[in-house]
Amino acid sequence: MSSEPSISATRRMTIGSVLLFIVFLAAWEWLPEALGVPQFIIPKASRVWEESLRMWSRDRLLFHTGITAMQVLVGFLLGMLLGMLVGFVLGMSPTTEFVLSPYILALQIAPKVAFAPLFVMWFGYTVYPKILVAVLIVFFPVMINVLGAVRAIDPDIVRLARSFKASRVQIFRKIQFPASLPPFFAGLRIAATLAVIGVVVGELVGGNTGLGYLLTFGEGSGNTAMVFVAIIMLTLVGIVLYGAIVLIENRVLHWLPSRARTA
Amino acid sequence: MSTPRLEFRNVTKRFRSSKGAEPITAVSELSFTLADGEVVSLIGPSGCGKSTLLNMGSGLDPATEGQVFVDGQEVVSPNEHVAFMLQKDLLLPWRTIRENVEFGLEIRGRSGRERKETAYELLKKCRLGDFIEHYPHQLSGGMRQRAALARTLAVDPAVLLLDEPFSALDAQTKMVLQQDLGRTLADTGKTALFVTHDLVEAIALSDRVLVMSQRPGRIVEVIDIDIPDRGNPMERRKSPKLGPYVAQLMDLLHIGETIE
Repeated sequence: MSSEPSISATRRMTIGSVLLFIVFLAAWEWLPEALGVPQFIIPKASRVWEESLRMWSRDRLLFHTGITAMQVLVGFLLGMLLGMLVGFVLGMSPTTEFVLSPYILALQIAPKVAFAPLFVMWFGYTVYPKILVAVLIVFFPVMINVLGAVRAIDPDIVRLARSFKASRVQIFRKIQFPASLPPFFAGLRIAATLAVIGVVVGELVGGNTGLGYLLTFGEGSGNTAMVFVAIIMLTLVGIVLYGAIVLIENRVLHWLPSRARTA
Repeated sequence: MSTPRLEFRNVTKRFRSSKGAEPITAVSELSFTLADGEVVSLIGPSGCGKSTLLNMGSGLDPATEGQVFVDGQEVVSPNEHVAFMLQKDLLLPWRTIRENVEFGLEIRGRSGRERKETAYELLKKCRLGDFIEHYPHQLSGGMRQRAALARTLAVDPAVLLLDEPFSALDAQTKMVLQQDLGRTLADTGKTALFVTHDLVEAIALSDRVLVMSQRPGRIVEVIDIDIPDRGNPMERRKSPKLGPYVAQLMDLLHIGETIE
């Protein structure tokens, strides 16, 4: 509500970032060459563009991107639901948390991507190991944030509800659930970027589908441009997911004072 | 004499601060009654168990010994005859002011139309008519506390338990809200038990003031406030009788005695 940038200032900022992007592309196109960096180290922007068109028609780029995106999405959703569920259970039951905390802590500290080879051994070169790594990696930030949010609720608010004779279900639906949403979404933002990492590591370990596979294929055939394309597509998958979350978050959390203006 | 609205009969409350430690007695064998429509203030030193008494009244924290009755019925758990209000407004930030006022009615399963009508009516009475669909963070502290009062009144309780509801407000806002509360209590004829640290507030708003001792809390004095027009605390503040009451309470609470 206060000191929001005027329309002309917003426009100037937009023009600024578009200009910066053009400068970046230009630098990518000509700077490495000018500095004598060979194309197999950093291929030109135009070369990467050509490669992406070639991959689109010859290497089923869309299919591989779709596979990766599907795995990211499924892993993300499952990890999110699981994290939410466990977060609420542990948040409402300090006893359960106390009993389980060593295991949760151990699992949290263990690098989740290290499980990828194990999952491949279990499930073979299918989509399941990739999804599973994503689930595992998404689970923690969501779970921790929901748990913390449930704990942070002012006990007097719960007492107020109880004084109105609210049932446990009502306390959950009307207080604990809505109160957990802002940290839950903060967890989702982190989880969105992690989900892509989880899936890619799974794909790098084994299989012949997905952008992670194209990545290793490009590496094996010394095709730097192909590696660049795969990285860019992975980033795009991440951006789409992250953007979708921000969009939903702005819808759901429109009541947050800090969100009254910012995006 | 008819059944009192609210009765504390020989209530004692003991807390165990930590395992194995001697239990702390917060209040000890305390008895008093509030007649229908009476407004009574509880004052006393910090930690004398004033809030403990309110918690017992709300049914959230039952007494260790003794009983609390509302309209002759023993209070053993939260019940619809009693509603409380705290220093914190406890408004839910994701609900609009109207939805916050509807909170208690919603829990009790009232229809959407009935809730809305009640909320509109109360919010207008509490001079929040222009802020019905605003969110709590868009309101000032005083307005938020008025919304909390509307939420408390929305469930139409027989007894209001008020725990320092205005202590976080600035002096002027506080006077305005006291006036609102005084008028509302007079208009609706509600019974209220009011915990406060503010001596003038206690005198201006109540029919009686109960003075409590240090822990374990007991009632050491009951003062009937003989100033007319309880529904108008502003005028009562200006009354020449107010000063002597304040002096009497200061004596009873030993305020100033430790400062030599």
